[in-house]
Amino acid sequence: MLNIPCPWCGLRSEVEFSSGGESEVIRPLDPLKKSDHEWSDYLFNRTNKKGWHVERWYHIHGCRKWFHIERNTITHEIRSSWPITEKHPEGNLSVSYSDREQ
Amino acid sequence: MTRYSALNLFQKSRDGHKGWPEAWRKPAPKSSYDIVIVGGGGHGLATAYYLAKNYGINNIAVLEKGWIGGGNTGRNTTIIRSNYLWNESAHLYELSLKLYEKLSQELNFNIMLSQRGVINLAHSQSEMHEVTRRVSAIRLNGIDSEVLTPDQIKSLIPIINLSSKSRYPILGGSIQRRGGVARHDAVAWGFARAADNLGIDIIENCEVLSVSTSNGIVRSLETTRGCIGAKKFGFVVSGHSSVLAEKAGFRLPICSQPLQALVSEPLKPFFDVVLMSGTVHVYLSQSDKGELVLGAGTDKYNSYSQRGSLSVIEEMMSASLELFPILSRLKVMRMWGRIVDICPDASPIIGNTPLRNLYINCGWGTGGFKATPGSGYVFAHNIATGEPHNLAAPFSLDRFAKGKLIDEHGAAAVAH
Amino acid sequence: MKKQPFRVEGLGDIERNRPIMFTFNGKTYTGFKGDTLASALLANGVILVGRSFKYHRPRGIFGVGVDDPNALVQIGVHGRSTPNERATTTEIFEGLIAKSVNVWPSLRYDILAINNSFSSMFPAGFYYKTFMWPASFWPIYEYFIRKAAGLGTVPKFEDPDTYEKKYVHYDLLIVGGGIAGLVAAHVSAKAGNRVILADERANLGGSKFNSEVTINNKPVKKWVSDIESELESIGDCMVLKRTTAVIHSDHNFVVLREKIIKPNNHSSHTMISQRLWKVRAKSVIYATGALERPMVFQNNDLPGVMLGSAVTDLIHRYGVCPGKNVAIAGNNASIYTLAEDLKACGANIVALSDSRKKSDNNENLAFDSEFPVFMGQAPICAFGKKKIRSVSFGPVNIDTAISQNKDDKKIDCDLLCLSGGYDPNLNLIAQAGGSVSFDTEVSSFNCQSIPKDIFLIGAAAGNFDLQDTISKSLNIVKKIIKQNGTSVFPDIVYQTKGSKSLNAVSPVWYVQSKKSNNKQFVDLHNDVTVSDIDLSVREGYKSIEHFKRYTTSGMGPDQGKIANVNALGILSKKIDINPQSIGTTRFRPPYTPITFGALAGRDLGDLAEPIRITALNVWHQESKAVFENVGQWKRPWYYPKNEETMEAAVNRECKAVRKSVGIFDASTLGKIELVGPDAGELLNRIYINRFDDLKVGSCRYGIICGDDGMVIDDGVTSRLEDKRWLMTTTTGNASKVFHWIDEWLQCEWPELDVFLTSVSSHWSTITIAGSNARNVLLELAGDVDVSNSSFPHHTWKIIKIFGVVARVFRVSFTGELSYEINIPSRYAHSLWESIISIGERYDITPFGTESLHTLRAEKGYIVVGHETDGSVTPDDIGFGWMMRKRKDFIGHRSLSRESIIGEKRPQLVGLLPETYIPEGAQVLSDEISGSDKQSIGHVTSSYNSPSLGIPIALGLIQGGRSLIGSNIRIIGPSNSMSVNAKIVSHCFYDPNGDRLNV
Repeated sequence: MLNIPCPWCGLRSEVEFSSGGESEVIRPLDPLKKSDHEWSDYLFNRTNKKGWHVERWYHIHGCRKWFHIERNTITHEIRSSWPITEKHPEGNLSVSYSDREQ
Repeated sequence: MTRYSALNLFQKSRDGHKGWPEAWRKPAPKSSYDIVIVGGGGHGLATAYYLAKNYGINNIAVLEKGWIGGGNTGRNTTIIRSNYLWNESAHLYELSLKLYEKLSQELNFNIMLSQRGVINLAHSQSEMHEVTRRVSAIRLNGIDSEVLTPDQIKSLIPIINLSSKSRYPILGGSIQRRGGVARHDAVAWGFARAADNLGIDIIENCEVLSVSTSNGIVRSLETTRGCIGAKKFGFVVSGHSSVLAEKAGFRLPICSQPLQALVSEPLKPFFDVVLMSGTVHVYLSQSDKGELVLGAGTDKYNSYSQRGSLSVIEEMMSASLELFPILSRLKVMRMWGRIVDICPDASPIIGNTPLRNLYINCGWGTGGFKATPGSGYVFAHNIATGEPHNLAAPFSLDRFAKGKLIDEHGAAAVAH
Repeated sequence: MKKQPFRVEGLGDIERNRPIMFTFNGKTYTGFKGDTLASALLANGVILVGRSFKYHRPRGIFGVGVDDPNALVQIGVHGRSTPNERATTTEIFEGLIAKSVNVWPSLRYDILAINNSFSSMFPAGFYYKTFMWPASFWPIYEYFIRKAAGLGTVPKFEDPDTYEKKYVHYDLLIVGGGIAGLVAAHVSAKAGNRVILADERANLGGSKFNSEVTINNKPVKKWVSDIESELESIGDCMVLKRTTAVIHSDHNFVVLREKIIKPNNHSSHTMISQRLWKVRAKSVIYATGALERPMVFQNNDLPGVMLGSAVTDLIHRYGVCPGKNVAIAGNNASIYTLAEDLKACGANIVALSDSRKKSDNNENLAFDSEFPVFMGQAPICAFGKKKIRSVSFGPVNIDTAISQNKDDKKIDCDLLCLSGGYDPNLNLIAQAGGSVSFDTEVSSFNCQSIPKDIFLIGAAAGNFDLQDTISKSLNIVKKIIKQNGTSVFPDIVYQTKGSKSLNAVSPVWYVQSKKSNNKQFVDLHNDVTVSDIDLSVREGYKSIEHFKRYTTSGMGPDQGKIANVNALGILSKKIDINPQSIGTTRFRPPYTPITFGALAGRDLGDLAEPIRITALNVWHQESKAVFENVGQWKRPWYYPKNEETMEAAVNRECKAVRKSVGIFDASTLGKIELVGPDAGELLNRIYINRFDDLKVGSCRYGIICGDDGMVIDDGVTSRLEDKRWLMTTTTGNASKVFHWIDEWLQCEWPELDVFLTSVSSHWSTITIAGSNARNVLLELAGDVDVSNSSFPHHTWKIIKIFGVVARVFRVSFTGELSYEINIPSRYAHSLWESIISIGERYDITPFGTESLHTLRAEKGYIVVGHETDGSVTPDDIGFGWMMRKRKDFIGHRSLSRESIIGEKRPQLVGLLPETYIPEGAQVLSDEISGSDKQSIGHVTSSYNSPSLGIPIALGLIQGGRSLIGSNIRIIGPSNSMSVNAKIVSHCFYDPNGDRLNV
């Protein structure tokens, strides 16, 4: 039972949230110009990291905000969380809206 | 191979069973093989066995990072059935079920296949329509399946709660009578023993550290037991498919998620079928030892931890007691999680990869155990010939780019 | 009252003035308040309590806690009949009925004890090697195997009790109320931390309970009770007895199971029987102690062989000394304390063996004159049939003893106490992610690495010195308190006296036997012997997990609590690999079994899943509607009149709509308000069709796809104001679609200025449908012009009905002139009743979901979930024309993939079957597919059409639109169900839509 740090509400039990999967999934800005392979890479392929994993969660039974967390998929330890449109605190990951291809 | 039989058991009992040999050897890895299979679970061992048996290839190693059968083969709820909606799936799982039906004799290892019938429940009008659709489609594929009325269900499971006041009333269901359960460890051990007997090296405690590739082919694998080369490679590593694919340089449409199950303390026989309910995410059967085996739905987040969240178990338990109120005072003896490869369409991936001599078999989600022999059978064909077996062709990795998904979300009692 | 022959005067902590009568295997016995079933049985001299799982060997009580592998009983009757309860953890109450499990016809004369005689045929894994011929016989073999297996029986009646759950948050959770746990709780609570302390037994004090130890010059019992009352007086401190920590999950989430003991434990009233505590703690301290392990030798399972710690506990807690002539065997200092305890209750000690060459402080010399003390020896064989009669000892060679057979000297005894060393109780810390390593000093596993914010103290930490344990505990608590922001550490001293520490243990893993078929039990519960380990090794099942699975060692209800380390030690000897390299099997929850009911809690019956009802539910109920479960909703399915059949009711309801007017509760539809300047653009991206050009006052039907291009929902969206829109979704997908749009908005398009609000239950929706619908509306509309020209199809208007603002949408799902009146839910009931009375002259007829679906099927309208199944595109269901061509929307790119534009796509068509055929039936055609077995599609909806008087159906058929006019065959789920049908257009009724636009 995870205890998830919502950036707005603080630590809350997992049952208040729903998981949105990995944050690194970036939807192409102009999908109609993408090849079948590029499109299916976005649609289906996942890095599915073993270890530190950046993912997004939705505080569905709380403040209804989406946000990112960095969680270890082996130990379930969570080391950071930040709002959905902001960059990763250490700035080394392309996971937020503002990082998207323009 | 020393034959397993009642007579032999009797004879060997006279000297304290000193005469039984190792079920499979513990060879040191050679530096190269014709084929290396990575993953010593049921699927990997079956693949090696059928490669040797059907294609006469014996210079094969199966590499297992821990102990064989230690992944999902050894942690599942052992349900076997072939009542799948789409033709592609039905044919593949039916091949597997047919192989299972002869497997104890073929491997000379009692896998205790118990074809006691698998029942799926319907709790609403729309689920009844779904039952009709499935049964009709399954029967057209030559696979046994019947619609059941609530009374028929009651006669098969006398302890079920048929009250219309139940939060999950039972409007009917379906049964595949040839479905059932088997002893999971025995499937791995039986394939291992038979494969070993055909000359295949089963190498345990051998973890793949890196994959060496050049010019679009895999050259060798760096393992904890040295570098091992081969002409062809097969990856069959449920739960860790993405990790290994990344080492080989490609991506998969897979998420690894925990799937939990539990057993009760042993009880005298009271539950003679396998029961599944998709709405309430639960499946139940009673093992030959007397434990009630309950499986839950997946936890909805990525994990490699082999444990899940209590809330999933709590929901599964409340659903189970709604169906069977008299089980309330039973006790959970052991609960566990395993890591399953979840594909977007809940169907497996079998076939070629971007690397020409590397083949992959993964993505079985919550239902890989039932496919073990069939999966090995078609994957062996794929590796031996380089071309997918016709039953496996629809399950190729490139179906995702083409949009030719085989959506089996309704097939398991688990909605992914 | 009958005398209890093994009860010792003056000892124990039971209430001797409160006798309790109970029944075991049909015989009545007396115990005392405070007894467990095990202690009461032993006090009465009941040695034989059960049979083993496989060989049905006689078994007695072996341990006195959760570790006992033998004394499993069925307790209670009727709905409270509980299988596989431990006699050792069951407190007796007046009228308790218990019986042994898995014996037939009786415990004393058990038929399957014959298995013991043929045990050489049943070595580990024998079933893998046989029962294969003839192949068809397996079900028969299996029948008998199943019958022989299993323990207790499933109750025949529903459980009358209830179970509670409770969530709590604490600074510190301490598991284990022994001295170490109590000290930690006391100090941290005094420092102002919020503390919860749980112990599985009825009394605190752990292994030192009621012993000779003193703390701060108080006898330990007095000290414990003083500390307990002090803790209870501190507001933020909670002490839970009879409460076991069973699961340690992520982020210090610990599940405790509390047994609730009521005086009238057999009353017929509903009681709370257990409580599941879900604790989230900043820090967790495990003070879970250690479990003693037995020694492995021939017949070590005979009734009358017990763990030494169990006997100590019986003496101190219950005043029971379960033997008169006692032999003691061990490999550590604890046996000398035990000998003193036994002497104190007047037992005659017949012999003591200490496998070490030398005891720690020459304790052996003190006893040498009183009874034989065998140094460097261990038990070789126990003798007896249904209980122990004598035991032989022999010398130990390194860490195994060797059976001497001939020279074995039998020493008579009726109790043999064993101490094979202590295993720190690490189950929970391992669940929490701690790793363990083998410590040769104590010949057991110790915790090597501990996750953050979890701590281990006392014997669980491998510390068997009481004073040292206390000082280490204090240091740990200091650290925790500091972390929790308290800087003042209470200055409390805990000085103990009279406690003996336990030093090195020299293992005696097993006794080498010359017999081939030995009965040296490693796992008593599952009847795993040393020869099973031999076989497992011989056959190559050497990895600890293979070994466990092959021999079943550690897989019983006790999960090998006292077996696992011995099994590992023996395996290690046999394969000559050190225990550390072999490792352990994975510790899994729960620590002790948890009741199903406790996990389900109150989430049963109507609380199993929320029940959703509309504001009109009372009316539907009063009108005797038959309800249908749709997701969590209860929706009126049809309204039978005068015992009508469903078919007759639906027929009547449909005809009323087609002929005059019907009324329908559509409140369950999902409703989402989108407000903001970019709402139109958001809708453009969500729907496959354009929305931003929709005029205020108009409505438009739209389809929603996932990004994979498959239809996920549909509905009508209306523009309420320039920047305010109302979207409707299907009932089943209401919340899913809402959250899904929210995800796109927050994660993908945060630049869009739109605000979403779910208004599904704020507004109730009453639909009036039929040619007389306008006449009914006229009477509600006041001076609002509702004529066709001023209020045409697919527009909406605000109408004040009885002074209440209603939004009236002219949309139709029946094909008739139809208005959906949205009104704040609190007015819904009265509006509905007004409409019913206004409509009386038109014979207004309430209709349910079945009629709605029938009417829409006549029109060929799709229902998401019927005509779609997650693998259907807009074009498949005939809406390809609706998609925007050049602009992106969700799913657009997916719809141009290879397989999506192929010709073999399933396409929605109408079907005219000769007779009714159930939904889901498969469509065949020799002509089209060239095979009479190959399905070309399936029936998605099927009804007897009341308007047309014939059966109609919708279906998805491969290339169906080009097959209109073809004859096909439809096959249902049984052989007899086969009808011919013709493919037609999917609209059966009023194809031009004239009735919509009147």
